[in-house]
Amino acid sequence: MTDSILAILTALLVLSGAGFALVAAIGLNRLPDLYTRMHAASKAGTVGSGLLLLAVGVHAGDLSTFARALAGFFFFVLTAPISAHLLAMAAHKVGYPLYGESVRDEMKDYDKRI
Amino acid sequence: MTAQVILSYSIWLAFVVLCISFLLTVWRVIRGPTLPDRVVALDMLTGIVIGFIALIAIRTGFTLYIDIAISLGLVGFLATVAFARFILSRGGREGPQGETVKADMIRALAAPVPEPRRGARKKTAAGTGPAVRRKAKK
Repeated sequence: MTDSILAILTALLVLSGAGFALVAAIGLNRLPDLYTRMHAASKAGTVGSGLLLLAVGVHAGDLSTFARALAGFFFFVLTAPISAHLLAMAAHKVGYPLYGESVRDEMKDYDKRI
Repeated sequence: MTAQVILSYSIWLAFVVLCISFLLTVWRVIRGPTLPDRVVALDMLTGIVIGFIALIAIRTGFTLYIDIAISLGLVGFLATVAFARFILSRGGREGPQGETVKADMIRALAAPVPEPRRGARKKTAAGTGPAVRRKAKK
């Protein structure tokens, strides 16, 4: 009984993780500029790979494996925003433009304000 | 239909979905149009490959694959950080659609390779060293 519940839970986690990865890939292709693409890739993509790792931990049914999978999940969740933020800041500072219909750019005269 | 059969089918479906998203992301890497776009897509590719590794771990039952996935994530993070530093230090040599870089590449490929001159070492101009500057301040 427990085995079948764990298997169903694993199947749900696997399917939702793959779905998040697909949503991230579609967003990467459909969104108009670099910064919005970064938003799709770094959030949905991270959740996708993290859910798949959690599925491994749940499927093993072993506390040490689950702890390792959880550690990997937290590692990805912590590092993805850092890398996306660094990349966005570098691209904005160098001068890659926003999408033409963007409403506001709060970093526009950041150098003058500090 | 037992739970194991459902799990097996869902793993196959997840493989197919991950393959589709991998191909979509590769399309973004190819199309660009700028370097940061490609870097974002490469970061995303690392995430999808981690998902593949996790699926293989479930199918084969080797939980050691988790460690491989974690180390791949670390390498991907470091690569993205290094690329961000590179973009920052390279400066804006690229137009909004990447035409400038293409023109630069064509010019660089077409240009003849210059012969290095004998003894062409860069010399500091006289009177601009730190000692001279310190004297001038006094």
